Amino acid sequence: MTYVDLLLWVRGPAFQIATAVFVFGLSWRLLEILSLSRKPELAVVRESGIAGGFRTIYRRFLPVDDNTFQRSAFIITAGYVFHLGFLITLLLFIPHILFFRELFGFSWPGLPTPVIGIITIMTLLALIALLLNRLKHPVLQFLSGFEDYFVWTVTFLPVLTGYMAFHHQLFHYPLMLALHIFSVELLMIVFPFTKLMHTFTLFISRWYTGSRAARKGVEV
Amino acid sequence: MSTPQTIGESLRHQGLSRRDFLKFCGISATIMGLSPSMIPRIAKALENTPKKSVIWLSFQECTGCTESLTRAHAPTIEGLIFDLMSLDYHHTLQAASGRAAEKAREDAMKEHHGDYLLVVDGSIPMGNPGYSTIAGMSNIDMLDEAAAGAGAIIAIGTCAAYGGLPHAAPNPTGAVSVEELITDKPLINIPGCPPIPAVIAGVITYIVTFGQLPKLDSLKRPLTFFGQNIHDRCYRRSFYDRGLFADSFDDEGAKKGWCLYKLGCKGPVTYNACATTKWNENVSFPIEAGHGCLGCSEPHFWDAGHFYQALSVPTSDIAGTAGYALAAGAAVGVASAMLNKKKKIDATKNHETVTINDLERTSS
Repeated sequence: MTYVDLLLWVRGPAFQIATAVFVFGLSWRLLEILSLSRKPELAVVRESGIAGGFRTIYRRFLPVDDNTFQRSAFIITAGYVFHLGFLITLLLFIPHILFFRELFGFSWPGLPTPVIGIITIMTLLALIALLLNRLKHPVLQFLSGFEDYFVWTVTFLPVLTGYMAFHHQLFHYPLMLALHIFSVELLMIVFPFTKLMHTFTLFISRWYTGSRAARKGVEV
Repeated sequence: MSTPQTIGESLRHQGLSRRDFLKFCGISATIMGLSPSMIPRIAKALENTPKKSVIWLSFQECTGCTESLTRAHAPTIEGLIFDLMSLDYHHTLQAASGRAAEKAREDAMKEHHGDYLLVVDGSIPMGNPGYSTIAGMSNIDMLDEAAAGAGAIIAIGTCAAYGGLPHAAPNPTGAVSVEELITDKPLINIPGCPPIPAVIAGVITYIVTFGQLPKLDSLKRPLTFFGQNIHDRCYRRSFYDRGLFADSFDDEGAKKGWCLYKLGCKGPVTYNACATTKWNENVSFPIEAGHGCLGCSEPHFWDAGHFYQALSVPTSDIAGTAGYALAAGAAVGVASAMLNKKKKIDATKNHETVTINDLERTSS
């Protein structure tokens, strides 16, 4: 198999398989979670649960208080850099936008490549720092299992290979591009069945908590 | 059959001065990417080397490769290349026809057995030998016969090198490349649709001069000409880096000469000398003319996604696949929901109510 065959495979059949697994897993799991029966609310409704739900989704993006932030300043900062960096790279790199345009039929403006390059480096550094912290911190170390390191790896690889492909490092561009797309496919396949699902469930659980609390008149 | 003579004699016979001959050697060195110190060596080698016997076989092809080599304006290296070799068989160019033509091929094969250069353009149909025949002989038989006594083989054009257009899905003739059939001979691929004439000439000059094949990449292409990526050498590269793209062939971006990535340019995954050697006597190349690179020097270029869709767009039907997957996932999701509900109902039904009397029960 030459690099051309590999590139054709990852751009064709492999991407189709990854999409099928990703969308199948996502719709299955989300539907199952949303269909879980909840007990009827018996208390008097004090406030709209919908507004409360969205309020909590927003509020949890902010540190609750100075003390909490100071205690976890590193994780919060590095976590934000990585998450925002990942999203910006995914959604604002022009070749990625062209992919979404093909899929959804509409597009949006992108960022110049050197800007994406800097953000990618920051994302990679934040991910490495978070991993080192996980390995060093006794409590985090105790709480971490195989899955935590595995999802870190499948998240890290697309960012790394994408950067390397663009800058022609290690292998020549077509092969590195093939490896980049392959690493994305790996991420898509494991996504619905691992902790990576928090990308979606995060909003469901925040909304649910906020909504229930609001209906009871509790501020969260 | 031409009388064997050295290349030097042949060139002088045509009235080429010593000065012109050295100039020719200089151009050859430049094209092959060799240092100027190699010029005397090339001159010496060419002076005393007998003309190389070349048998050129054309199979499932469009003659574009031959056109590419011969359409160049004289006097160029592409023109002079014919003085380096004795083209003993080429059914488009030779004057002889019918039995006489085939005899020329057979004679050359006998006379230069083990030494002649076999040039092939076009793919070979394996589906049915009758799809392409020459003088009643199938392409595969002719190739096998000619390859047996060849010193080296040059597969010219993407069809001969990788199957090319005839090989495109669904490949009705079962077309294959030379490399897939002949594995026991030194082989070099010069792909392109068509290949750059200077590249063909450069490689033949190299083989005649040094008596060996130049350095090749993993797809058996000469590194001198195929070692560079079109995208890396593209004069529009700075616009790619700055994120300035043409969105259509007649918008402001196109007029300003911005990058053609969004319009499907395959430059980033294509290796060829177009961006440096250029075409039509260094006038231009496709990207300079305002059209993206098609990637014609790469295997499967015809099936490697839409010509006008960006490289980052998958080649398979992603939206359709996502639709089916969504439906299947939803069905399994609903089934899971029902199972969960049943589990809950069963749990409620089987739940044993604990009364005060139960608490007083003593275990035996």
